[in-house]
Amino acid sequence: MAKYICKRLGISAGILLVVVFLIYLLMRLLPGSYVENMAIQLSQVPGAKPYEEWVAQLNAQYGLDKGIVEGFFVQLMNMLRGNFGDSWKYAMPVTEKFSQVIGVSFVMGAVALALELVIATFLGIYAATRQYSPQDYLVTTGALLGISLPTFFFATLLKLVFSVKLGWFDLSGLVGRNFQSLSPWGQFWDMASHLVLPVLTLVVVSVGSLMRYVRTNMLEVLSADYIRTARAKGMPSSRVVFFHGFRNTLIPLVTILGSSLPGLFAGSLITETLFAIPGIGYTAYQAMIAGDIPFSMFYLTFLAVLTLLGNLLSDIAYSFVDPRVRLGGQYG
Amino acid sequence: MAYLTQMKNRENVLEIENLQVQFDTEGGIVRSVDGVSFSVPKGSVVGLVGESGCGKSVTSLSVMGLLQKPQGKITGGEIRLNPGENAYNLVNTPEKVLQKLRGDVVSMVFQEPMTALNPVISVGKQIDEVIFLHDTRYRTKEAIRSRTLELLKLVGIANPQGIYKLYPHQLSGGMRQRIMIGMAIACNPRLLIADEPTTALDVTIQAQILELLQNLKQELGCGILLITHDLGVVAGMADFVVVMYAGRVVEKGTVAEIFAQPAHPYTIALMKAKPVVGQQQDRLYAIGGKVPNPVELPPHCYFKDRCSHAFEPCAGDYPCEISLSPTHTVSCYKEAGNG
Repeated sequence: MAKYICKRLGISAGILLVVVFLIYLLMRLLPGSYVENMAIQLSQVPGAKPYEEWVAQLNAQYGLDKGIVEGFFVQLMNMLRGNFGDSWKYAMPVTEKFSQVIGVSFVMGAVALALELVIATFLGIYAATRQYSPQDYLVTTGALLGISLPTFFFATLLKLVFSVKLGWFDLSGLVGRNFQSLSPWGQFWDMASHLVLPVLTLVVVSVGSLMRYVRTNMLEVLSADYIRTARAKGMPSSRVVFFHGFRNTLIPLVTILGSSLPGLFAGSLITETLFAIPGIGYTAYQAMIAGDIPFSMFYLTFLAVLTLLGNLLSDIAYSFVDPRVRLGGQYG
Repeated sequence: MAYLTQMKNRENVLEIENLQVQFDTEGGIVRSVDGVSFSVPKGSVVGLVGESGCGKSVTSLSVMGLLQKPQGKITGGEIRLNPGENAYNLVNTPEKVLQKLRGDVVSMVFQEPMTALNPVISVGKQIDEVIFLHDTRYRTKEAIRSRTLELLKLVGIANPQGIYKLYPHQLSGGMRQRIMIGMAIACNPRLLIADEPTTALDVTIQAQILELLQNLKQELGCGILLITHDLGVVAGMADFVVVMYAGRVVEKGTVAEIFAQPAHPYTIALMKAKPVVGQQQDRLYAIGGKVPNPVELPPHCYFKDRCSHAFEPCAGDYPCEISLSPTHTVSCYKEAGNG
């Protein structure tokens, strides 16, 4: 197992190097770079230097006068030393900006994922044990509806119903107007209530595919021979489903969990934008359109690391739920 | 209660009478089992033989109440089980009551030991479960565990403690089938259904498993319904033989009667198809033609089109059962004059 993990880590490092290079390449090739925009603004100030001079000066200042390969290695060396540089757009160290905005995105992502898992597992099993019944059709149709709904449409619908008509939640933002005057608990509840609609949006648009996945897996497991054996033992069907069946559905679910690890930190651009929540998705998007190379590099590299780590973790987690992977040996 | 009934003969553990099972498929309604009747006396082995798809397994699953729902359903007949006092008609016994009988009074060994055990639960725990569900004599974890170890020993596993902790994938096919048998006999069932218990195993292991079943029958005194398509197994194990073809019983009798004087042309052909050790044969005998389509069964004898003895009466209705002796019956016009 240790040997396997080492090998996987080595492969992951190789993949990561290529990914980081591709990110840098793409960021450099983006048209309308940060430097050009800044040079345009600076050159329009009365009595300023002409545009070309500004561009040359700024390029040297930001290290963009080097070639792409050379620039990449400078950037890589800095990153390896743990120096991710300052964000150009936000004018502060990227790690500082990142830690400011990651919290709310992580909470949103984690709560949404937890809800998705619980709902998807419950509904998936519910539908699978009643295959082709009206309840099954209801659940699967609902799931399909959730998958098909565009985020912006559903979010707008939620806002219309819960904010405009019912007035239960604020339309947007992370905190209310009187946030500063509230007690610490009051502040917590204020933020929590502002996150209800965004989290609901996230859950509804992504729970469907997970639920269908659970349902399909459960159906496959329920038709397995060992389920018939369990029934033949005289076991109540609830125990058959939850004890014998569910343990086996966990195996494919673990893969999904591993791959959703980066999702916890990636933020959600559309939802955050729609609800004006200053999370990482929104911040990274702003940094990217401004051509902020250090911030984008940090964000995208971080996600690449998490993706690779997630894959590795789900492979390791397999061995916890599936004894066939854990032990491997054949006896007798 | 409507599901309690009387056995025709108190000496039987199982009586199946005129059982009808249908499956709704896309091609139409398939009558997998059509009017099957036979019984399993206490402490004896009944061999149920026939080719693949003739309804052997469906019959056994009907007894267990494990037909695939909602496609498969019992549309008629009675299955009477005798657990000792009251007899149950399993056809209309509610699921809750069936659960109490399954694994306790009637249990089953499946064909595929490779897939019939849950891959993520250790084999010992899987046997523990049956004891926990049915046997009130063992209430503590330790008591259940020691009973499981006892059972593992009983089914011929040399190192019960070691095997207890292992998962199915760590065991060979023969070992897994022993585990399955241990699970099936855990609560001293009155009836053990073995659905082709040796089909997936190689010949030496097959012999061991059959010997094990034979010993267990003597030790536990339970009736065994042995489903197989191997006539050699039937000859060695069974007391009675039931031959099925296309969902119907074509012939039944004691093992001596069936092997010495097979009466139905299908049984005769089956016997001929079995290769004999020490006899030179260039070509193995095979029955010509094929089994009729189960969706549109012919109005006459189902075997007529493949039968070498067919004559005019065979074009008439499906032949009724004819008794050749108190224990031997056959459904064939050829025997109509002898019955």
